[in-house]
Amino acid sequence: MKFTWFNLMPWPYLPDDFREKNRSVWVDIDQKLFDPAKSHEVYNTYMDLLEYADTLGFDGVGVNEHHQNGYGIMPSPNIIAAGLARRTKDAAIVVLGNSIALYNPPVRVAEEFAMLDCISGGRLVAGFPVGTSMDTNYCYGQIPSLTREKYQEAHDLIIKAWTTREPFAFNGRYNKLRHVNIWPRPIQQPRPPVHIPGGGSVETYDFCIDNTYSYSYLSFSGYLRAQALMSGYWKRVEERGVDKSPYRAGFAQTILVADTDEEAERLYSEHVSYFYNRCLHVYPGFADAPGYRTIKTIQTGALSQYAPPVGGYTELTWKDLVEGGHVIAGSPETVRQRMEDLIKGLNVGNIFCLMHVGNMPADKCMYSTKLFAEKVMPKLRNMFPDWEDDNRFWTQPLKDRVTAGRLPKEAPTSVDLAKTYAVEA
Amino acid sequence: MELRTVQTRYAPVRYLVGGGGPDLVFLHGAGGITADDPLLAELAEHHRVYAPLIPGYGNSEEAPEIRDMLDFTLHTWDVLTALGLKDPVLVGHSMGGMIAAEMAAVQPNDVSRLALICPAGLWDDEHPIADLFATLPFEMPALLFHDVEAGAAMLTAGRNVSDPNFLQTYLVNNARQLGMAGRILFPIPERGLSVRMHRIRARTIIVWGDSDRLIPPVYAHGFKKGILGAELVSIPEAGHMVTMEQPKAVAAAISRLG
Repeated sequence: MKFTWFNLMPWPYLPDDFREKNRSVWVDIDQKLFDPAKSHEVYNTYMDLLEYADTLGFDGVGVNEHHQNGYGIMPSPNIIAAGLARRTKDAAIVVLGNSIALYNPPVRVAEEFAMLDCISGGRLVAGFPVGTSMDTNYCYGQIPSLTREKYQEAHDLIIKAWTTREPFAFNGRYNKLRHVNIWPRPIQQPRPPVHIPGGGSVETYDFCIDNTYSYSYLSFSGYLRAQALMSGYWKRVEERGVDKSPYRAGFAQTILVADTDEEAERLYSEHVSYFYNRCLHVYPGFADAPGYRTIKTIQTGALSQYAPPVGGYTELTWKDLVEGGHVIAGSPETVRQRMEDLIKGLNVGNIFCLMHVGNMPADKCMYSTKLFAEKVMPKLRNMFPDWEDDNRFWTQPLKDRVTAGRLPKEAPTSVDLAKTYAVEA
Repeated sequence: MELRTVQTRYAPVRYLVGGGGPDLVFLHGAGGITADDPLLAELAEHHRVYAPLIPGYGNSEEAPEIRDMLDFTLHTWDVLTALGLKDPVLVGHSMGGMIAAEMAAVQPNDVSRLALICPAGLWDDEHPIADLFATLPFEMPALLFHDVEAGAAMLTAGRNVSDPNFLQTYLVNNARQLGMAGRILFPIPERGLSVRMHRIRARTIIVWGDSDRLIPPVYAHGFKKGILGAELVSIPEAGHMVTMEQPKAVAAAISRLG
């Protein structure tokens, strides 16, 4: 099993009446709600928590990309990842990911990911999302019905830039480049492992199967609702005649652990409510630009998870969210049982643990994270013994890696240098 | 009006045809067009009217190869050629007006009469055009009609909103139609017409509804300034869907082209 500690980086100061007074948490969210001075502490706390997860033995620490978004103040995940590459030791740096259709030219992603892989000593997991419609179309202006074509071209260019050992010309529709020759290139060979976030389109299933990429379902609605989508994926894997390694799939799940179920509710319910009732308040007009989703996908009924629920919106309670599986919360034993159901039920080897939720303060987050790492994670380690050696979807770091802060405390003196660099007579 | 098909390079194109008289081509807006369109009926009184559907609209086949403004412009010229039309009266509404203006700019010697009905294609920071692609169905009538209530009734006519399949059908149509329109209208409905429209040599009539809240009437002046000799006809008690709200007045304005 691979457990990645993930933080969406929500803005924790959305007002109580946010939903009533604002039409959207995303795209046209009120500028005045962001306080740059407060963000100084928010960012640093969030990065501290990611670093803390590394010390507890999580397999990865995860970041992602959103724009103009009150629940994800991380327009450039690579900046956070660069900090983590320096300050963490063993965890994979899971960047899930860069919306590659947005970069001009996408070679930039090939370069930055290569830098992250080099700085971290080969610990990068590279994620290539198409990006949500809010981010890609409404914030970054990509034409909806051409986004996927542009994404595909960006992908082909990045992989070619990573794996070709001499300069080449790339004559794409969206990128015309005479001299592609990235410098640096990644440590991991033939390329860093690639994870593709998807939302149920069969084209993405095939794309992952064809390229040996892991398919990640990043939903906030939990494992019970994910069953149909993941079954569709595994059915396709079977049809295509490839193995059903659980590492071909990943799933994001909000997880909150306390001593008892009651304590979990007492400690975390306000933060869960903040996230599900305030942070996910997206104006439906931004949920799904016409042309962004393929006709085939619409016809399979896979609507945007940001579209308003049938029957309209009602405030979700702790009970709704826990029973509905949006959130897995409770004592270590409760969480273990439900995680087992999730892992077996969806056949997923990569879990993106959303362990910071909404406006949760750092102390509660550390408490929950530590309990999960010490009392839950070890019991879930051996869920797929048959696939223990499957390393196609995870990092292969250098054996000997350096860490930040290795310089001597004091600068050497002239005498020291004379000794070090003494010329032999 | 009758629905027929003509073959072009990229896809078979569906077109509405009817009426008698000099040839007239009508290019529809982002919302598409149907055989019972009131303006087409008015125009067909004195013209042979051809109204081709952009690929993906109605039940027509999609053409993924048509991606940018030049593709739309040349494709529509191909449709006219396939229909055997020579210098028809060229009329376009909204997105169709943008395409018609581009056609007249790239082949100025082939268009002598042009009517642009509240066309898209220009952008003015002082008067931003509303984001059609972030507008919910229930918000559309207020954006598109002078008489919002009557407009809402026109938009929902013939639709069974209680049908459980309605949403999916609606989404598929939207993806096909607005997905295609988005290639020249998203996120800003401007693709450089302002630097090309000086090439237009056609006698040009610009028609605008006084209460257009999607593309405000101030845009008429941009077109009037950019196209030599263009005349403006303002129509009272009409919004962006002036074609549905005041079809007689629009037809009368177009008839000034002869």
